[in-house]
Amino acid sequence: MTQQVPDSRAGEVTATSPASGSPTPAGRPHRTEPSASDDAARRRLLRRQRRSRWDLKLSPYLYVSPFFILFALVGLFPLLYTGFLAVHDWNRAYYVRGDFVGLDNFVWVLKDPVFRTSLVNTFSIFLMSSVPQVLLAVSIAGLLDTRLRGRTFWRMSVLLPFVVAPAAAVLIFGSLFADQSGVVNGFLRELGLDGIRWHVDRWWSHLAIAGMVNWRWTGYNALIFLAAMQAVPRDLYEAAALDGAGRVRQFLSITLPLIRPTMVFVIVTSTIGGLQVFTEPRLFDDTPSREGGADHQFMTTTLYVYVKGIEDQFYGRASAAAWILFLIIVAIAVLNFTLTRLLTRRSA
Amino acid sequence: MATIDRRPGFLVYGLLAAFVLGSALPLYWSFVIGSHTKAEAEQFPPPILPGGHFWENARKVLDTIDFWQALANSLIVSTACAVSVVFFSTLAGYAFAKLRFRGSSVLMGFVVLTMAVPVQLAMVPLFILMRDYRLLDTLAAVALPTLVTAFGVFFMRQYLVDAVPDELIEAARMDGCTMLRTFWTVAVPAARPAMAILFLFTFMQVWTDYMWPLVALDTKNTLQTALDALAVTGQGQTTDHALVLAGAGMSTLPLLLLFVLAGRQLVTGIMQGAVKG
Repeated sequence: MTQQVPDSRAGEVTATSPASGSPTPAGRPHRTEPSASDDAARRRLLRRQRRSRWDLKLSPYLYVSPFFILFALVGLFPLLYTGFLAVHDWNRAYYVRGDFVGLDNFVWVLKDPVFRTSLVNTFSIFLMSSVPQVLLAVSIAGLLDTRLRGRTFWRMSVLLPFVVAPAAAVLIFGSLFADQSGVVNGFLRELGLDGIRWHVDRWWSHLAIAGMVNWRWTGYNALIFLAAMQAVPRDLYEAAALDGAGRVRQFLSITLPLIRPTMVFVIVTSTIGGLQVFTEPRLFDDTPSREGGADHQFMTTTLYVYVKGIEDQFYGRASAAAWILFLIIVAIAVLNFTLTRLLTRRSA
Repeated sequence: MATIDRRPGFLVYGLLAAFVLGSALPLYWSFVIGSHTKAEAEQFPPPILPGGHFWENARKVLDTIDFWQALANSLIVSTACAVSVVFFSTLAGYAFAKLRFRGSSVLMGFVVLTMAVPVQLAMVPLFILMRDYRLLDTLAAVALPTLVTAFGVFFMRQYLVDAVPDELIEAARMDGCTMLRTFWTVAVPAARPAMAILFLFTFMQVWTDYMWPLVALDTKNTLQTALDALAVTGQGQTTDHALVLAGAGMSTLPLLLLFVLAGRQLVTGIMQGAVKG
């Protein structure tokens, strides 16, 4: 790919590699022999060598340091600072930190009925989005993993919803699922059914929100599954076919067990994402307060953190809530990880 | 013979086509409703073809929100983050993939671990940080948290492990290239495809983000927070869906254009990241 590099550089070398071990490489004597004293030249060479050795030793750290410095600033520091905020009292009026209060904020948050509602909502939306999403994505990937005509076209089409930002997606779905004028309710009425109050009824609102999440991410996950499926050796299918296994059987007993690592990956990442839904519940709200419906019926915990921390400026309580959610996410991710491994191993 | 041939039949095409049409429908819907008047949009059965009122609605959108300013802000922030992420991730990814140094595996483990840290955890402290340094309501505040990403470092490392042969690096070193020069002349050319994909990913990620600009900005808007304002103004007695959806469609057009131009790379990138990740 880049074969031109070694020879094109041959003429314009500045320092010798310490790895090469020879202090005076052939081919460049004209640099050391001219004018001045031999001594000065040797000193210059030594200096270069030393610089080169430092170059070799320090460069890796230099290359990774921008990431770690910036990350420490905008990633690690906030992470620890949330913990600090969570165990202190905050005087809202003057932005000053109050006393150390231990776990008071955690207790307050756990007793707050709005927080509990938000936790239930978060789980409900998460389940309604992740489970159908993974199932559908695997099926779509199975369909794509055939010798299709126009492969690129199909793959790109599947990804189309991914370019629509969540904020735009909520507005679109908000119109489709509008309680009065929405098309979905229009069709339901046409069928002789009652319209559903998508923005008012708790579980229906969760379903609408989960629908938006699924819409945006199913194709994306299908492509990830597809990539894993394409790595499955084709002769396995041929052998199975000779043994009389049909397409569906092949999919269940060859493809699924072999894409297990990807399954774990997708389920864990969709857990981390699915438990932090924010844009959809905030913008789906058509009441002015924007706290996930008049009765917080679709307020998620991340939205709770935003309302408490940024709008109401209860830093301690918001941070406690953020930590509780974080611990739940970790717990569920680990649980999912073990469960998925166990289940797929058994089917293998 | 026929069992070995995996050429799909009508059923496969039919199911795929149904799925694709279903996923395209909401987007199509936003353009249909966005190009009708408010009254037409509220009819049932709804219009199924685009109407002739898009420019009218678009002008209303431009009157309601500062669309062009929001578009410029989104462009600036997304580009700044994408350039920064690509640069620092390539540098760090190269070091992790190809250079031996003490502590590299521990540091890399740390990078992978940080990928799993949820963003909501940092919302409040980042807000306080930006407020204390008087950065709130600036574009810098929007860009800062995404100047580097753990995913970027991980992605570039995975790519560079295979993309750059060790012999090539050694050869460059033998010829006396400094480390930086080796990086520049050997690693960067080989990394170019992955850099393009990472640029695309980061750009889209920052562009579509709603939560952080909402926290960091007050009077200014990115496209996403501007939509927020649009939805609120639409909430009179009855929402003007024609206006709201015209805005949603307009805000989606830039990424749609990007998708038409670079969708193929995006697909490749997602599939590559998956196999190696």
